[in-house]
Amino acid sequence: MDIAFMWETFLILLTGLPLTLELAVTSIFAGGILAFFLSLLAVVGGPIGRGFTRGYVFVFRGSPLLVQMFLIYYGLGQFRPLLQDLGLWAIFREPYWCAVIALTLNTAAYTSEIFRGGLKAVSLQQVEAARACGMSGLLLFRRIVLPIAIRHALPAYGNEIILMLKATALASVITIMEVTGLAGKLIADSFRAFEVFIVAGAIYLAITFLVTRLMMIVEFWLSPHLRMRPPNLA
Amino acid sequence: MELIDRYLALVGFGEAGWGALLLSASAMTLAVSVCGFLTGTILGSVVTFMKLSRYIVLRWLADGYTTVLRGVPDLLVIYLFYFGGSAFLGSLGGLFGYEGFIGMPAFLTGTLALGVVSAAYQSEVFRGAFKSVAGGELEAASAVGMRPWPKFRRIVAPLVLRYAIPGLGNTWQLVLKESSLISITGLVELLRQSQIAAGSTRRPFEFYLTAILLYLVITWASSIALRHLEARTMRGTRSSL
Repeated sequence: MDIAFMWETFLILLTGLPLTLELAVTSIFAGGILAFFLSLLAVVGGPIGRGFTRGYVFVFRGSPLLVQMFLIYYGLGQFRPLLQDLGLWAIFREPYWCAVIALTLNTAAYTSEIFRGGLKAVSLQQVEAARACGMSGLLLFRRIVLPIAIRHALPAYGNEIILMLKATALASVITIMEVTGLAGKLIADSFRAFEVFIVAGAIYLAITFLVTRLMMIVEFWLSPHLRMRPPNLA
Repeated sequence: MELIDRYLALVGFGEAGWGALLLSASAMTLAVSVCGFLTGTILGSVVTFMKLSRYIVLRWLADGYTTVLRGVPDLLVIYLFYFGGSAFLGSLGGLFGYEGFIGMPAFLTGTLALGVVSAAYQSEVFRGAFKSVAGGELEAASAVGMRPWPKFRRIVAPLVLRYAIPGLGNTWQLVLKESSLISITGLVELLRQSQIAAGSTRRPFEFYLTAILLYLVITWASSIALRHLEARTMRGTRSSL
């Protein structure tokens, strides 16, 4: 173990961290919105909408993210004249945007399933109780269904955030120099795989740790009703 | 129509078709996934034993293993085994007086990397399954006088396996998709073969699309097989669902 080399590695890898975080945050955010619409389509779109969402989830969960990324980055390059006519070439030319698109489409499939699970976990009794109180439609959804669904979906959503964080590493295969890309280059240059792995792994573990803590705080904050009541001192 | 004909000629089994190569590459994907998964099962069982051990150091080590391997991108693990393995082989060769570069075999790299990563997931699956074996069954086994090994072989292992099948199925699908990452080491599996074909025909779209379709066929077939397996092992149990 060479501490000086590892410190140097750490400083180099740190320069890739903003890109990793940017990729993760952008695609989680965009994927969340897309997943919301997918779930909405499944609920209100009738059999066609439901079929579409199911097909979407099947395709994006059933094939590797790396191949999806290749299809978008290299595959769509084949249609360059068409994309240029549409004015989309500026986007599909950039590996960064191709990675973001692939990550977004992929996470949307997983996230929409998480949303579906959360919505399904809302018990019928709770909806009935709300109806009995005279709530319906959007009011019922906003006050009863959504808060309960969010609480149910939160742990799975936290897992998905961590998976996405790890998935951004695949962007390095299409030439994006984020943490894993830099680590791969360092390993290939120095041939000290073990030291670089430890440093890069520590960086990822640190972010994962922060994310899990953050999710725990959100969970705590969203479930005051499950906490123990403070003892009545009066 | 012409578009479809051209596509079929490209990926078909004709003179200029890549069909046979793509199919044999799919077999390679399956082979490396199966080897990686089984390595993961063996390693994962060891990690589970450590997790259930009464010694805190072993539990601590096993928990550390799962935390690290589940928190680090799989690509990094592959780099570690590929380059680290080559460096190790090189130094081993140095001991015998060979000074050249010895590359790590790609299939072995893939098997090890997939095995080590999936062991982390499988050990959690096994631990969860062990927790759902009713304590009474274990006590009953001891009460009829079974020693630890027969008890494990006759009672614990079959029950744990039964409860673990859904989780193992998820891990299998994960391994299958992760095997595409092995393409960076040069192993000619489905993705690598598609890359080669795309490069030499300059039709990346058709070939990556075909790769996705073939992956979908494999994951779809596995999910059906797993459903049957689950139904079969769950015979004789009652479920609330």
